[in-house]
Amino acid sequence: MIAKAPKSSRETILGKIRAALPQSAPLPELDATGPWQTFEDREARFSEVLKFVGGQTVHVKTVAEADAHLRTLEPWARGKVRCTMVPGLGDTTFDLKAINDPHQLENVDYAVLRGHFCVAENGAIWVTDDTVHHRVLYFIPQHISLVVPASQIVNNMHEAYARIKIGEHRFAGFISGPSKTADIEQSLVIGAHGARSLTVYLVDEL
Amino acid sequence: MAHPALAQAFVDNRERAQWHDKALWFVREKRDRMASSVPEWELLRETASNIKRHTQSRMAEYLEQFEANATKNGIVVHWAADAHEHNEIVLSILKRHSVKRLVKSKSMLTEECHLNPFLEEHGIDVVDTDLGERIVQLRKETPSHIVLPAIHIRKEEVGECFHEHLGTEKGASDPNYLTEAARNHLRERFCRADAGLTGVNFAIAETGGIVICTNEGNADLGVGLPKIHIACMGMEKLLPRAKDLSVFLRLLARSATGQPVTTYSSHFHGPQPGCEMHVVIVDNGRSEILKSPEFRRSLDCIRCGACMNTCPVYRRSGGHSYEATVPGPIGSILTPLQTPEKHNSLPFACTLCGSCTDVCPVKIDLHQQLFTLRELLDNKRLIGTSKKLSMKVVSGVMSRTWLFNLLGGIARTSLRFMPRFLIYNPLNAWGKQRDLPDAPKQSFRQQYAERQKQKGGGKS
Repeated sequence: MIAKAPKSSRETILGKIRAALPQSAPLPELDATGPWQTFEDREARFSEVLKFVGGQTVHVKTVAEADAHLRTLEPWARGKVRCTMVPGLGDTTFDLKAINDPHQLENVDYAVLRGHFCVAENGAIWVTDDTVHHRVLYFIPQHISLVVPASQIVNNMHEAYARIKIGEHRFAGFISGPSKTADIEQSLVIGAHGARSLTVYLVDEL
Repeated sequence: MAHPALAQAFVDNRERAQWHDKALWFVREKRDRMASSVPEWELLRETASNIKRHTQSRMAEYLEQFEANATKNGIVVHWAADAHEHNEIVLSILKRHSVKRLVKSKSMLTEECHLNPFLEEHGIDVVDTDLGERIVQLRKETPSHIVLPAIHIRKEEVGECFHEHLGTEKGASDPNYLTEAARNHLRERFCRADAGLTGVNFAIAETGGIVICTNEGNADLGVGLPKIHIACMGMEKLLPRAKDLSVFLRLLARSATGQPVTTYSSHFHGPQPGCEMHVVIVDNGRSEILKSPEFRRSLDCIRCGACMNTCPVYRRSGGHSYEATVPGPIGSILTPLQTPEKHNSLPFACTLCGSCTDVCPVKIDLHQQLFTLRELLDNKRLIGTSKKLSMKVVSGVMSRTWLFNLLGGIARTSLRFMPRFLIYNPLNAWGKQRDLPDAPKQSFRQQYAERQKQKGGGKS
């Protein structure tokens, strides 16, 4: 008698699922233009929601204007270790290219990073790992700014997913406001583990 | 212990029980404001429900598709039939890389599998990094809510706990101060960790990636620094298409905490250069639930916690009274389905008010399932004699008009004239925490007959 090889868990699980499958049901069509919420003034809505979740929006014409504004921000001015991914906006106080271990970014006080577009309905900004050396730069600095072209604001998440190709970046995501928690008696505290503040620059000429 | 006994202990502290009730109702109200500000809210729920229904009907196919695409992305996919296998898989990955220190973000699945004690037995230092989870971990408790793990703890108690473990000032209870202390304590743990473990909010078959949602950013810090990322998911977390996320991300945070979206909604499609990423797909009884037409839709749950925040029983009895990883209405379905003997009281921790069903973002028919589950437990002879006996008596009375009328008359008269100590006796469970309403002088039948008579002489 030939000993039967034990079934792998993969086969066992898939076998059990196949034996239990419910009747087929259609996959709903999802259209970006569907009957979803839109806004007359997308930027106003975006700024309002971002403020509600603890962030701030600054609309400027040029990168130079954004730079001038950034220098007035207390966390930036106080920050000793800073870096920027947007030439002309802020500065970099250490050799970013020399960093090959993300742990070396532990002490970054302020980072100026790129965002691709904003979502009006929920105040979120889409970011991807190709614009930073280490993806932890979105999370480890004490404060961050995201710089987004002012024209790039979609209404809702359906429009958002229609314009991004999910899977082309190993890391990508939406960021909506600074890091926060309400785990102690439901009291909202800004600055849980990630950034303590988020300033979004909407720049006309970027 | 059964739910009623544990709930009793919770309500004995009246002031705390009322505080707990209010804290959760506050979250429920935030959810309502968010839901009503989205005009297409009901369409979103309907669409989410239909996407889940479709995904279930092709679950095996989508899991294989997910595995193939994730593998192409450089993710190592593992399959675990049960909790034990899940734990062994995680341990073997950690051992292979000589991991001593592991940081975790919230994962109800690993709670369900009791991963932490298992890893600790094998000498691994496990740190939960979600603030609420860290608090319960330091207090050697389990989460009492799936989204708000420390909702049962007062800030003064957090202060005491942090004073003992993190060296904060004695008597300090300011949430800002305590959160700052936790931030600094956990930063250090993040930076020293050898591996990061996370749950999974959504897995996408079409692209072979996973999405993790947090407000604190702890999942991202936890997996962004070390070289190893392990993500553990129940097989039901699957979605067919990336664009399905648009529906679910709109629903999740609004339903959970009344936020427009979580602060971080991170999409992972492969390891960082020079690192490893693993996904463990877990069954642990889910394929059994999938078999049952009555209960399979409970697998649609996206763990938002809205059903708990609204449940009058959960709010007033506390999460720990369920003795389950997932408490509240959804937990009262999922848990007894897996361990009916131990959790037979849970489907009765429900008034069948249906509020849970009304708020569920994926339209699970929660209260219907809870009702059906009672029958199932009865069929399995898992209902206690006192409950069975009282039901028999009530059914006997209700099916005999003369007996019902007679007893009704006796009750109305005696309630008016009997002394208080006789009415509120130990047998009257209803009267333990509240007064009975004033007994009417007449029965409904009598009142109705009189009304008809006044209207038009009784006959028209």
